[in-house]
Amino acid sequence: MVPQNDTTRINLSPRRKFRKILGAFFYTIFLLSVCVGIIGLAILLFDVLTKGIPWLSWHFITEYPSRHPEEAGLFSALMGTIWLMVLTAIFTVPVGVGAAIYLEEYAPRNFFTRFIEINVANLAGVPSIVYGLLGLALFVYLMDMGRSILAGSLTLSLLVLPIVILASRESIRAVPNSYRQAAYAMGADQWQVIKGVVLPSAVPGILTGTILAMSRAIGEAAPVIAISALVYLTFIPAHPMERFTVLPIQIFNWVSRPQEEFRGLAAAGIIVLLVILLSMNSIAVFLRNRYQIRSEE
Amino acid sequence: MSTQYVLEVNNLNVSYGDFLAIKDVDMRIREKTVTALIGPSGCGKSTFLRCLNRMNDLILGTSIKGEVLFKNHNIYGSDVDATEIRSRIGMVFQKPNPFPKSIYQNIAFGLKVNGFTGDMDEAVEKSLRNAALWDEVKDRLNDSAFALSGGQQQRLCIARALAIEPEVILMDEPASSLDPIATLAIEQLVRNLRERYTIVIVTHNMQQAARVSDETAFFMVGENRSGYLVEHDGTQKIFTNPDNERTEEYITGRFS
Repeated sequence: MVPQNDTTRINLSPRRKFRKILGAFFYTIFLLSVCVGIIGLAILLFDVLTKGIPWLSWHFITEYPSRHPEEAGLFSALMGTIWLMVLTAIFTVPVGVGAAIYLEEYAPRNFFTRFIEINVANLAGVPSIVYGLLGLALFVYLMDMGRSILAGSLTLSLLVLPIVILASRESIRAVPNSYRQAAYAMGADQWQVIKGVVLPSAVPGILTGTILAMSRAIGEAAPVIAISALVYLTFIPAHPMERFTVLPIQIFNWVSRPQEEFRGLAAAGIIVLLVILLSMNSIAVFLRNRYQIRSEE
Repeated sequence: MSTQYVLEVNNLNVSYGDFLAIKDVDMRIREKTVTALIGPSGCGKSTFLRCLNRMNDLILGTSIKGEVLFKNHNIYGSDVDATEIRSRIGMVFQKPNPFPKSIYQNIAFGLKVNGFTGDMDEAVEKSLRNAALWDEVKDRLNDSAFALSGGQQQRLCIARALAIEPEVILMDEPASSLDPIATLAIEQLVRNLRERYTIVIVTHNMQQAARVSDETAFFMVGENRSGYLVEHDGTQKIFTNPDNERTEEYITGRFS
């Protein structure tokens, strides 16, 4: 070490060797924490991929379920999922974005607004089965929609609405106030400011939030089981009032069967679901990156 | 210089919540003049400026007492629509704030919002020429406004304000975030605009006020941190032989 001549300095004992070891130790612990998650995920994926890939085929995607595993496919569940996602998006986006616009641009800062905000945040944490039961009571029975896609998508909309509202609020809040000031200074009224300046800037963030909300909705089995019940369908829905089934339900259905082959089919179904999910998330990430580049110009 | 007052402020008091920001201000501004508002930080110059086009309405908790007459009409009257006032009294801000749109769309925004039905291309070109920016951007109107330099962006903001042909232009320290060369370009622009518009410009830079304005109003911080108007007179007089002792102290740099 560098020699020190000053003998009057205060007494320090930094124990540098020990601290180096301690540092390395904690680094390892934190690294292992990350690995636990990654290894767990990797094992799951490996299991699903090895069991499922043999069963993946064009036939698998375009055929209906069957008692015979070789002939079974998930066409009805796939179409049901797509129907459900589209309808859910149609209900969720206008209502969610509208609510966010109201809360961010119009609502006065008073108790009532605060009350709404707290409730929206809490609703995001309510277990999805509760939404399922709500949907069952309200849409299926009270409003007499039956166990239809309409009832299912309305229920899922309620489930993911808080996510869309929160994400949209964040995006709207992120629009710099200087843009609003500039717009007002030219004689624009509030709606013109929102429509011409705030929303166009907030759209990428809103879009990202919507896609992430849909990613959550696509995998929700509990509320959809409550609405549609565990059905075995061999047709695809032609209109929103028909009965339906979705990928998570079909997967669950196959997993419950005793025969080994159905396990493989279930794994293949999981792969299809994961592919759809990953694509949606990739689009969300892509959009988010593009948005960040634009706003950092 | 005509003797018609385009803006008249009578007994203006502005509070943000409990805090009185401006106290008892009276001022008269003539048409087609440049009036500079000078004074130390926190004396209420920007607050005062924002009263002239009701931009303070957008800040919660603001209360205004007194009246601001635009061509003899109180702009705070109950029958007055603030958006109409703002289309006739425009504003340019301290930090350039173009929209995240193309240069063309920045100018077109104000026109669209006010229901312009003529030739949009022509109107955009006209305002860019008036802001001395046309030659620099005419080949890239569809580029993002952010591709411009700071000085160009500020001239774009001025062009944007000019597009709807207001009668008054309020400028809140328009050159304070720009380099000296860009600053000179803005000052030159202000001098040229005086022929058609009435301009009120807040500035921290006394030399700028002396170079650019016909009249100067000096604000100060008074008791309880409320701003008040000390003296308002021709620029020449303020800077060479002011009536008020405080004005003289500020001008000569005894405090800033």
